Amino acid sequence: MQRRTLLKSGAAALVAVSLASPALAQDPLKVGFIYVGPIGDLGWSYQHDQGRLAVEKEFGDKVETVYLESVPEGADAERALTQMAMQGADLIFTTSFGYMDPTINVAAKFPDVKFEHATGYKRADNVATYNARFYEGRAVMGTIAGRMTKSNKIGYIGSFPIPEVIQGINSTYIHAKKVNPDVEISVVWAYTWFDPAKEADAAKALIEQGVDVILAHTDSTAPLAEAAKTPGVIGFGQASDMLDFAPSPRVSSIIDNWAPYYIERVQAALDGTWTATDTWGGIGEGEVGIGEITDAVPAEVKAEAEALAASIADKSYHPFTGPLNKQDGSVWLAEGEVADDGTLAGLNFYVEGIKGDIPQ
Amino acid sequence: MMGSIDPILLIASLMVASTPILLAAIGELVVEKAGVLNLGVEGMMIVGAIAGFAAAVESGSPLLGFVGAAVAGAALSLIFAFLTQVLLSNQVATGLALTLFGIGFSALIGQGYTGVRPPPTPKMDFGPLSDIPVIGPMLLRHDPMVYVSILIIAAVWAFLKFTRAGLVLRAVGESHDAAHALGYKVVRLRVLAIAFGGACAGLGGAYLSLVRVPQWTEGMTAGAGWIALAIVVFASWRPWRVLAGAYLFGGVTVLQLNLQAAGVAIPVQYLSMAPYVMTILVLVLISADRRRAAQNAPASLGRVFHASS
Repeated sequence: MQRRTLLKSGAAALVAVSLASPALAQDPLKVGFIYVGPIGDLGWSYQHDQGRLAVEKEFGDKVETVYLESVPEGADAERALTQMAMQGADLIFTTSFGYMDPTINVAAKFPDVKFEHATGYKRADNVATYNARFYEGRAVMGTIAGRMTKSNKIGYIGSFPIPEVIQGINSTYIHAKKVNPDVEISVVWAYTWFDPAKEADAAKALIEQGVDVILAHTDSTAPLAEAAKTPGVIGFGQASDMLDFAPSPRVSSIIDNWAPYYIERVQAALDGTWTATDTWGGIGEGEVGIGEITDAVPAEVKAEAEALAASIADKSYHPFTGPLNKQDGSVWLAEGEVADDGTLAGLNFYVEGIKGDIPQ
Repeated sequence: MMGSIDPILLIASLMVASTPILLAAIGELVVEKAGVLNLGVEGMMIVGAIAGFAAAVESGSPLLGFVGAAVAGAALSLIFAFLTQVLLSNQVATGLALTLFGIGFSALIGQGYTGVRPPPTPKMDFGPLSDIPVIGPMLLRHDPMVYVSILIIAAVWAFLKFTRAGLVLRAVGESHDAAHALGYKVVRLRVLAIAFGGACAGLGGAYLSLVRVPQWTEGMTAGAGWIALAIVVFASWRPWRVLAGAYLFGGVTVLQLNLQAAGVAIPVQYLSMAPYVMTILVLVLISADRRRAAQNAPASLGRVFHASS
């Protein structure tokens, strides 16, 4: 297994070019990226790689970028990260929640290398974190889902029960419920970020249970392909626009746009102003985009969704605004109260009305 | 408790979900029966997935897609056959390299095919038979490949059990030196077995990209080839047990997703690990009879053969 991974990393990475080149001032800044899926997943890893390409375009020969794709979370990630740091990367972006501890561990061994971890909450002097407020986009999706469902059942494919995914489920449900009090949500945990066959099976299981809207927090387009098989079932693009499935089943999408952030951070590293910050941008900052809402959605629903997106962008509305109760009926947010970022970053409960338990 | 899960739909789903690993596993069974261990199943599957997808999209015919996938899988496996049978390279390392090559190569040729929709594979038409209650919707409304995969199992079983060629193939796998001394062409036979294994793995991959998902995504086999390898051992190199093992694995996977969707209050972790627990349990049970289990692995499995030895 070890040999396989090493070979794979070596083949995929194209990093074997410069071994231990001395860090001279005129050397380009070497920026590394670690992806959890293949860059061709057309979802999460694809979008991060688009950010990497934007960095290359912006800075030309002032930077050199390297990447490793399909790096498993866990112990393998630590090896891949160490390898990248030893090969002279100056700034490394690790782009999945499961890389959190490996990033912290490797960063402690390479104090001169800067690390940035996406979607985690652990920081160090040379480890910054960044994330996007996907729940803002999911509020918009939830509104469309609640208006569009005829069976009043919407299905949600979760990857892992981590705060970011739970934010998405809660946000979707809250906003679907707001426009359709009868709506129910079924959650299926796939325990993978990327396994098209399993994602398709999960979507199929949901559809067999009578769900007619599928939302997914996994990385491939397989749930949309499955939804396309059953007339009347709609879904949303996730991470990427996934326009190939428009106008239906894909009726809109939430799009991750990492390019502005990556450019900003590489600039900071070049200028020497880089610090271990924590960034959490949303629709307003351009990190979360709402893909075009297709004509399969009635005009008034489209207008409603766009108005919601606009109010989130200008900060006049926060998707987690009270009154909201926890699943057990206890009060979470009072009337008009807004959830603080600390609570959201560690969110581990469903809101009132969602059935089922979060796997602990 | 399972009130809202329709067992008929469940069985229909599990047959579809199991078909890719079933096809890959029965091919690998023949390869291993000939005494060759080809760990490149994952690579051959993914190449079959993109080759079949491309052939189906370009020709508009799912049938040509499956033919193309079988040819591509067999072609890839011939690289392995050349390296291990002619150049006598180590089978384990070569198989792993084949997987890496397949994953990379498929990503390369697949670049123009992301987001494309393949032509739909039609279901079999059994006429009024498919309206029989229970049996019809459960067993008689699938696409042809589901039945083809079962036919391949039956054919392999009959070939190994009843034919002279099957006996020779088993002899080559048990003792290549003895088979060679008797005048059988060990290398030629093994190359044919490897090509058959590659063709089956290619079909399995194409089933993923043309029927089960259906679309092309990089890395879409996501470990199915490794499960197929495990199922061959699990089945102790017996064709019908390959069928049982694949359906069991596919069935538990589909069942756990359905249980979740139906809101059954079983902790998800138990459901997710269920396929693996079942696999381990059955492995323990079938290997409890140690003598028989040990006897059944081909004795020359993985050993290099050269006529001079």
